[in-house]
Amino acid sequence: MGDFGFTVLKERHINYDANDKSIAEYIAEREPSFRICIECGCCSATCTTGNFIRFSLRELQILLKRGENEIVREQIDRCMLCGKCILVCPRGVNTRNVILLAREAFRKSVENEI
Amino acid sequence: MLKADKREVVVIGGGAAGMEAAGQLAKAGCIVTLLERESVTGGHVKNWYHLFPDSRNSDEVIEYLARQVNHDNITVRTGVTAGSLEKNGKSIIINTSRGERIRSDAVIVATGFDLFESRRKEEYGYGIYDNVISSADLEMMFRKDSIKRHDGETPRRIGFVHCVGSRDAKVNNLYCSKLCCVTAVKQAMEVKKHIGNASVYCFYMDMRMGGALYEELYKESQEKYGIIYIRGKVSEVSENIDTRLIVKVEDTLAGRPLRMELDMLVLMAGMEMSEGGMGLAESSGLKTGENRFFAPADHHFGTNKSTVAGIFYAGACTAPMNITETISHARAAVADVMDYFRNI
Ligand code: SF4
Ligand code: SF4
Ligand code: SF4
Repeated sequence: MGDFGFTVLKERHINYDANDKSIAEYIAEREPSFRICIECGCCSATCTTGNFIRFSLRELQILLKRGENEIVREQIDRCMLCGKCILVCPRGVNTRNVILLAREAFRKSVENEI
Repeated sequence: MLKADKREVVVIGGGAAGMEAAGQLAKAGCIVTLLERESVTGGHVKNWYHLFPDSRNSDEVIEYLARQVNHDNITVRTGVTAGSLEKNGKSIIINTSRGERIRSDAVIVATGFDLFESRRKEEYGYGIYDNVISSADLEMMFRKDSIKRHDGETPRRIGFVHCVGSRDAKVNNLYCSKLCCVTAVKQAMEVKKHIGNASVYCFYMDMRMGGALYEELYKESQEKYGIIYIRGKVSEVSENIDTRLIVKVEDTLAGRPLRMELDMLVLMAGMEMSEGGMGLAESSGLKTGENRFFAPADHHFGTNKSTVAGIFYAGACTAPMNITETISHARAAVADVMDYFRNI
């Protein structure tokens, strides 16, 4: 039989039920405004970092909420905490604190504290 | 029981809501005084060009409203502001800007809305960059049949920014103004009708197409007019050396920041409680909601009622409404007034 090139693909779904949402929960408990983001992208549009390298705070927030933590872990340190995103957020999300808490949560998760 | 016949009612505000309410009250036999603070009636409608969803010329609405108030029982008084309302037994006294005290048996407050002052969103450059205009400015251009940049050129690339002054904690307006999405769709199509080779872009957070035929209009705008929709809230606007506008936005669906140069940018200004309404609320103790519009006595059964017996609301002084809804709401206010007269 010919080889049609079929192969079993890696799972593409966000495995929502299995994914670990503890980082997002850690942030939301301490910074409730994390919950009210409407994914408008204003923060990312204005972000100095995001205009030069791959970094979208909007994207990272939704990834955390879906438990897709690895990309966030890799990218979260790219933010330089300039705070421009706070100035433009129409929902008043305390974005800077979200980032600080995400970093803290990742640090603690390495140390098995959460 | 007081019959509606010869009852005196004062309607405050001579826009669509007030004019419709006055007309219906007069037909029911009431003696109506319509107070309008501007020198002409018609409110915002007279600044509009074509109306969604059917592109009706707004002049037709103006004519309809003018016919409604053309009735022997109605006295239209322009240039008069209602300063405050006070109860006196079952009567309500209206203190006007001319120092009069008008007695009435009931009052319909129809003070409408103000368009959000786009200057307050400084980052969009209204009043700073000449080619950043508001949705109301564009309507005036349509009315004059001339869509031009400040330098007289015809714009080829036009952008619409949704949610200007709405859904924005930064200007203390959490609510959605409800009409600006469909207005943007309508205006985008209208621009294409005027400038056939224009590229038109709408920057939106959500397309709120809840009204009758709105979604159909949205589809038509894509299908027949090639309007391009980009999901992302514009964060800032700047101007380059040849006065083209540069918008900063994230294309949230593609997940990447997007830069675009435009010849003209239209800000979809939201609706706010009118200054006049606000003044009346303060002077007369009428309750307002978190969104600063008049708070109705009941969200299901009393959207035309205030918490003061004899004072009623009609139209966009209670929430953003389109003209269709405003006219229905005004008629409902009159039904409540009639009911009130039957029961006092
Ligand atoms: S604080 Fe970080 S995410 Fe916010 S604008 Fe600055 S670099 Fe970007
Ligand atoms: S600006 Fe605010 S609401 Fe918009 S995506 Fe960023 S955090 Fe969310
Ligand atoms: S109707 Fe559309 S443009 Fe207007 S406030 Fe609501 S979402 Fe924004």
